[in-house]
Amino acid sequence: MRYAYTKRTGLGAAAAALLALAAPAMAQQPAGTVKVGIVTFLSGGAAGPFGVPARNAAELVIEAINAGKLPAPYSDKGFGGATVAPVIIDEASKNVVADYRTLVEKEKVDLVIGYISSGSCKAVAPVVEEIKRLTVFFDCGTPQIFEEVVTKPAYLFRTGAHATMDSVAAARYLLERKKDLKSYAGINQNYAWGQDSWNDFDAAMKALKPGVATKTSQMPKIFAGQYGTEISALLADQPDAVHSSFWGGDMEAFVLQAQGRGLFGKMQVVLTTGETAMHRLGAQMPNGTIIGGRGTHGNFAPKSELNDWFRKAYYDRFATWPTYPSYKMALALLGVKAAYDKAAKAAGGKLPTQEQVAAALKGLEFDSPSGKVRMALSGGHQAIQDTAYAEHTFDKATNQAVLANVKVYKAECVNPPEGIKSADWIKSGFKGAKCD
Amino acid sequence: MSVLTDRNVLVLLAAIPLLIAAGPIMPDWVRFFLQVSLASGLAVLGVVVQMRAGLVSFGQGLYYCLGAYAAGMTGHFVGVTDVFALLGLGIVVAAGVAVVLGFLMSRYREIFFAMLSLALSMILYGLLVKAEVLGSTDGFNLPKATFLGLAPTEQALRFAVYALTCAVTLLAAIFLYRYLKSPMGRIGEAIAQNEIRVEYLGSSARTVVHITYVLAAALSGAGGALAALANGHVDPEMANWTTSGQFVFVALLSGTGNVAAPLIGNFLLEMIRVYAVAWSPYTWQLILGATMLLVILFLPGGLWSLVERRKAGG
Repeated sequence: MRYAYTKRTGLGAAAAALLALAAPAMAQQPAGTVKVGIVTFLSGGAAGPFGVPARNAAELVIEAINAGKLPAPYSDKGFGGATVAPVIIDEASKNVVADYRTLVEKEKVDLVIGYISSGSCKAVAPVVEEIKRLTVFFDCGTPQIFEEVVTKPAYLFRTGAHATMDSVAAARYLLERKKDLKSYAGINQNYAWGQDSWNDFDAAMKALKPGVATKTSQMPKIFAGQYGTEISALLADQPDAVHSSFWGGDMEAFVLQAQGRGLFGKMQVVLTTGETAMHRLGAQMPNGTIIGGRGTHGNFAPKSELNDWFRKAYYDRFATWPTYPSYKMALALLGVKAAYDKAAKAAGGKLPTQEQVAAALKGLEFDSPSGKVRMALSGGHQAIQDTAYAEHTFDKATNQAVLANVKVYKAECVNPPEGIKSADWIKSGFKGAKCD
Repeated sequence: MSVLTDRNVLVLLAAIPLLIAAGPIMPDWVRFFLQVSLASGLAVLGVVVQMRAGLVSFGQGLYYCLGAYAAGMTGHFVGVTDVFALLGLGIVVAAGVAVVLGFLMSRYREIFFAMLSLALSMILYGLLVKAEVLGSTDGFNLPKATFLGLAPTEQALRFAVYALTCAVTLLAAIFLYRYLKSPMGRIGEAIAQNEIRVEYLGSSARTVVHITYVLAAALSGAGGALAALANGHVDPEMANWTTSGQFVFVALLSGTGNVAAPLIGNFLLEMIRVYAVAWSPYTWQLILGATMLLVILFLPGGLWSLVERRKAGG
């Protein structure tokens, strides 16, 4: 008897739980709001270094937009006056395509901002154009999105510059700092991002300084955590410099392990995403390590009222400085706000349709905490932006990590011009690049 | 009992036009989830047919992924876009590889079979991650599909692929149901109980295990190809052990007693996931885990035991 009783209550509880799950989906959407789907990693290995900082920035900036508390030119409330209502979901949810469809068709969001993994972006991109819902990729790096997957975008935008820029600028900076460089090696994770980063860097080095020797290319598994063998191989090969696109825990583990083995004293290390760890590692990252931040984000950001506000508000709320994923999320939201405000003005103050917003965002130039952004490539759908590299320096006096010898590269210098594929552009010796 | 008077067969057959007819009424996202869960349900059926013979495959993702990549690569690199050709290719490649690997696999049982199947799928995963031409972990996209030379509009195409998925999955379920009732299927169950007796009765356990293995691979290959057509994208995650583990999980949670159980269970669990992801973006895994625990605690025979209990009671 008792057994049957518990069984029944157990089932009852399960049924109640299911009903509770179904309830919020039925909530109605009030008028005068823009419902924004935000997709970022909330679980898994990329959540800590990328997903959560991006989510934090989304919450912070959306609250400020709704309260009208942003500095100029974003001091007007909302998106074209309408309140922004975010729906945040996890990118690590097993089926990004199905979840994107759910976001658009079930949650009925007005637009989606999201996606960190290039794999997610490649899978979602064709669905965006099929389902016809305004979607802004804020972080994923693969140049294939507009070069191969969706060549005639109408509803799809990317406000983050693509990954070619990171490798090209890294090669330029390295060669400027080390004029007598004779050889280089690489250590990158064996998956799409690591392979693409290394290929671009390798090609850029060959184009910039023909005759320079490529030594070993180490490709350990992502999230391996132990890099003893790879460090030995690098030490044995004795290159003048080593390139790495490691991120998150892998990068921190590599820095700590390589330092223990004296690698930093023997070769120049270039960390293309080093900015994300400069404050976390602080004195543990050797001075002089070349670091980048995938655009002028974080400590690379130019001084502006908007940036001062963003840094202070972020630090006050989360007790840590914003890194590039936070900046890229803020940038995407502000780009969309700029487009909404412009489209609303053109529509006489009415809430614009997504087609009007898309038309306004196309080719738009807007301000962000990381400086000016221009939707310049792929028919006005792909952003370009300046980027910068510098040397990591730990300032003992203030107990803060700072940047030394910062060099800013103009967007036109490190991004391919309209109409040419990134890989071809590097091979052509950067035809059309404007670097002064 | 002839095929067409068997109640189970009739129910499954009737479900095909019903599901297709319900397609246009359902919201698009529900239909899409149904389509994806029917496709991956085929891989779960592959796990189930092996479980009935006492074999637990922790590497069914191998064939799921092979089917998907066979269809995807033919579409992406060769330019073949016909759904029937792609589906057929997925099945043939998966079954072909299984015929060869089956000579090895049919020698193992229990934990050794499970571990070896896991190892084989992880080899494929490792190879795909290293393959830069295939986009490594990012995978690649499939071109727009065509139907026997016709290139229907977006909306019509989506519906056509949905209808095809319903028909293929349910026909496969009917076939599997009949197979499990056939002498060959019965021997499979006998192997699970006592392999030595099967040998003494004059059947070759190895041959039957081999056939079961190939059958499971063909089902999973079809599932992979259909999933690739639905998503328009493939990546190596399909061969990762987490995918294979999920198939085993769904099989256990749904119950292996009936061929319809894994299909229904797969869809229900997928819907729970959808609501969990939306309702609780930070702890959705916890909700899924709790649901699985509840099922295991209160329905050790899987969700299907609810149906069976009702039958027994009424």
